Amino acid sequence: MPKVTIDGQSIEVSEGTTILQAARMIGGDIVPPAMCYYSTLKTSGGYCRTCIVKVTKGSEKDPRPMPKPVASCRTTVMDGMEVQNTTAPDLLEARKGVVEFLLLNHPLDCPVCDQAGECDLQNLSYQHGLAKSRYEFKRREFEKIDIGENIKLHMTRCILCYRCVKVADQVCDSRAHGVINRGDVAEISTYIEKSLDSDFSGNVIDVCPVGALTDRTFRFKSRVWFTNPMNAHRNCTKCSGKTVLWTSGDDVLRVSARKDVYGEVEEWICNECRFEKKEKSDWTIEGPRHIDRKSVISANHYEVKKQLKIDVSNQKAIDESAHNN
Amino acid sequence: MGRKLLTENINVPGIQSLDVYRHHGGYEGLKKALGMSPDAIVEEVKKSGLRGRGGAGFPTGMKWSFLAKPDGVPRHLVCNADESEPGTFKDRYMMEHIPHLLIEGMAIGSFALGANTSYIYIRGELLYVYHILQKAIDEAYAAGLLGKNIMGSGFDFDLHLHSGAGAYICGEETALIESLEGNRGNPRIKPPFPAIQGLWQRPTVVNNVESIMAVVPILKMGGDEYAKIGIGKSTGTKLISACGHINKPGVYEIELGLPVEEFIYSDEYCGGIRNGKALKAVVAGGSSVPVLPKELILKLANGEPRLMSYESLSDGGFVTGTMLGSGGFIVMDEDTSVVKNLYTFTRFYHHESCGQCSPCREGTGWMEKILHKILDGHGTLEDVDLLWDIQSKIEGKTICPLGEAAAWPVASAIRHFRSEFEEYVKNPSSIKKDNHYYRVNNISSEVA
Amino acid sequence: MNNENKLKFSDDALALSQRMVNRYPEGKQKSALIPLLHIAQAEFGGWLSSDAMDYVASLLKITSIEVYEVASFYSMFNLKPVGKCVIEVCHTGPCWLLGSDDIVKYIEKKLSIKVGDTTADGMFTLKTVECLASCGTAPMMQIGEKYHENLTLTKVDDIIHECKATVVEHVTHWTKKEIK
Repeated sequence: MPKVTIDGQSIEVSEGTTILQAARMIGGDIVPPAMCYYSTLKTSGGYCRTCIVKVTKGSEKDPRPMPKPVASCRTTVMDGMEVQNTTAPDLLEARKGVVEFLLLNHPLDCPVCDQAGECDLQNLSYQHGLAKSRYEFKRREFEKIDIGENIKLHMTRCILCYRCVKVADQVCDSRAHGVINRGDVAEISTYIEKSLDSDFSGNVIDVCPVGALTDRTFRFKSRVWFTNPMNAHRNCTKCSGKTVLWTSGDDVLRVSARKDVYGEVEEWICNECRFEKKEKSDWTIEGPRHIDRKSVISANHYEVKKQLKIDVSNQKAIDESAHNN
Repeated sequence: MGRKLLTENINVPGIQSLDVYRHHGGYEGLKKALGMSPDAIVEEVKKSGLRGRGGAGFPTGMKWSFLAKPDGVPRHLVCNADESEPGTFKDRYMMEHIPHLLIEGMAIGSFALGANTSYIYIRGELLYVYHILQKAIDEAYAAGLLGKNIMGSGFDFDLHLHSGAGAYICGEETALIESLEGNRGNPRIKPPFPAIQGLWQRPTVVNNVESIMAVVPILKMGGDEYAKIGIGKSTGTKLISACGHINKPGVYEIELGLPVEEFIYSDEYCGGIRNGKALKAVVAGGSSVPVLPKELILKLANGEPRLMSYESLSDGGFVTGTMLGSGGFIVMDEDTSVVKNLYTFTRFYHHESCGQCSPCREGTGWMEKILHKILDGHGTLEDVDLLWDIQSKIEGKTICPLGEAAAWPVASAIRHFRSEFEEYVKNPSSIKKDNHYYRVNNISSEVA
Repeated sequence: MNNENKLKFSDDALALSQRMVNRYPEGKQKSALIPLLHIAQAEFGGWLSSDAMDYVASLLKITSIEVYEVASFYSMFNLKPVGKCVIEVCHTGPCWLLGSDDIVKYIEKKLSIKVGDTTADGMFTLKTVECLASCGTAPMMQIGEKYHENLTLTKVDDIIHECKATVVEHVTHWTKKEIK
């Protein structure tokens, strides 16, 4: 079994494990952030470049360092490999650059975005971004469109992670949307406005790391941190029926799949569960959903103290670095 | 006069046709190759020291020896004829004038690699060259040089053309493979490398037109003889596409090791700077390599003459050196605005970015906008520093080398011509709006 | 895919398409997509409507979105109607060094259009394009498959004059003549 050392912590992993997966096995702050990689979607990852790490020793056999930072999500561990993530200041600087690129054409209007509070890009920019944008030109803008009755596409917010395309290819029975055009005018589109008809198309909302694909049945009903997430299930013929209900009092405002600590869906759910079962009586409620992510949605719920402590110390560091800059 | 291995017969009337080509020794290399073992051919190419002529300069023989050969899985040789690097037009010239040399090289290479079906991926705009090649391929089929049991050797070999449709990025080998599969030209994330999983997930070698053509003289003369030409590890001859403000633009075959000064000023090659002007700067290997000012392109930092070779051009790293690249030699005279020239390059990379990974997708357009702002007379000194910072954050962070290709011209222009940027931002009236001079003297007056 | 599609390739174009498909292994017919889109552009008036792309999708038995993704990636495919002659002037470094800016300005003035526009009579569309590997014969422009090199203003005049006098249908990169 290959052994890899990441920021001084070693772990033995099975052949074919990527650096990112190995880091997740170790856990904690050494885990590189990932905006496009999704462990359950084949061929995902490699695009956003946020998960780059520095390989200071290639392997026991060939100890030469790798000449450039590598995407940890797509680089396989070799025995004896040594990796730096948080311990390499130049790497953190490079990541700051990547975050700046991702934000370059992204509107900085989180207060009016429905994804606020559970947005991976928002969290990423708090942790790794610059305090101020250096981009002074007009940002790219697109009209919002409905792709089907229940899904809103706002391309302006998209970071082209390709996850939704891979969901359509791998989870749905057909794909009606894709990436058209190229370069910085590339966009997620159906080309001529069509709807995503597959029974599982709603999963594109859950995998979207930003507010580009949102649930029309929930848009602007509530801030996500004012809702109470509850684990629930029902007997469903199409999917596992295991979901999270985002409730407010007796109302079910939104139904989503259950996500793990890295924000990845544990089991895909069908559109019927997601969009049509909006009564508490449709569900067997198991209890409060534990959300263990560095995000404001976890701040308002359970195990508040521990989470807050981390957030506060992070904020302090950000304030200091902003001040020093 | 240097030796000509690829262009020796290029001016022979009718050399485009099979008969004339054969009359001048055409397909003798293939005949010889078919009498050898495939491994022996790879060995000859290794011995020749031939390095990839598309830009990266990776040893061709070594690339061939990396090809995986799993049982029962077809393998492919793919010719990269997607020549799109600004300043480079050698492959187009060669395919147009001596198409059978490419076909012969493809047959030799495919035999050496055990590929029974191979493809030439030619950029879509070069449709008239496509037709020339198609005609040559048809002739070769009719003469038994392609198809079943070629030249009676027992080797079956099919060669097909595939047209692109306008995308510089398809010159990157994995993007080219994607495009050949009928997809968007998005470079793949490596590994796996094409030698293991390439076209249709099969082991594949992708070589530049000139590299494949060079295999023909290598087979004819032997790898050792070929390696005697040139200098050090830069063996053989290289096609240089010379353009810009010179008296004799065109494609020149040089022996590697020729002094740069001789190449620019000798009547045998560029013939000096046009209209009696002085040299200002050169981009020596296609738009992506660092631009060098006159004093550094003609001489190394230590004062010795710089030579046209992989090693000499890169001597001094990026601080004082550049790269041979694809051999696209762009010459700028004393009146040229390096900043404006850079702007056209940056616009190019912005236009050609595939958009897959964020540093290149977002960074190329940002740099173009800042350069536009500077040329528009609204730049600041901070903009120059910002440009430097952006390019440093693109370089080495992208999926494919287009990131570097976009970053290096910016970095080198600032490194060597910072004073020009500073002059533009401090004194916008110094920005020459039409700072090139014209091929035809009447152009400027009529347009104005 | 649209079953009521009225667009259809000519017999010659269908035969050529089949020859293209035959170049690739069984089951890899998607590889013929770019060649078929070139043919479609020649067959259907110089541009690719969504109907045209759906038709190509049906020929290759792939989904429409796969065709849109590819067609919109490559700069040679026009996704909007264009003039009969698309004038493509190279404006990258080496051509710029030798006056491509002036060629563009001159054509704009001569045809009274801006880059990206089509003349009112539908005859000309003016585009700037990136490097066409003709740097040694700069400045240059392409119309259809033809490279016009070492341009001077007089040459530009002659070319435009000739187009006006001779062109009756769309000059595409692949032409109907070549499809035969």
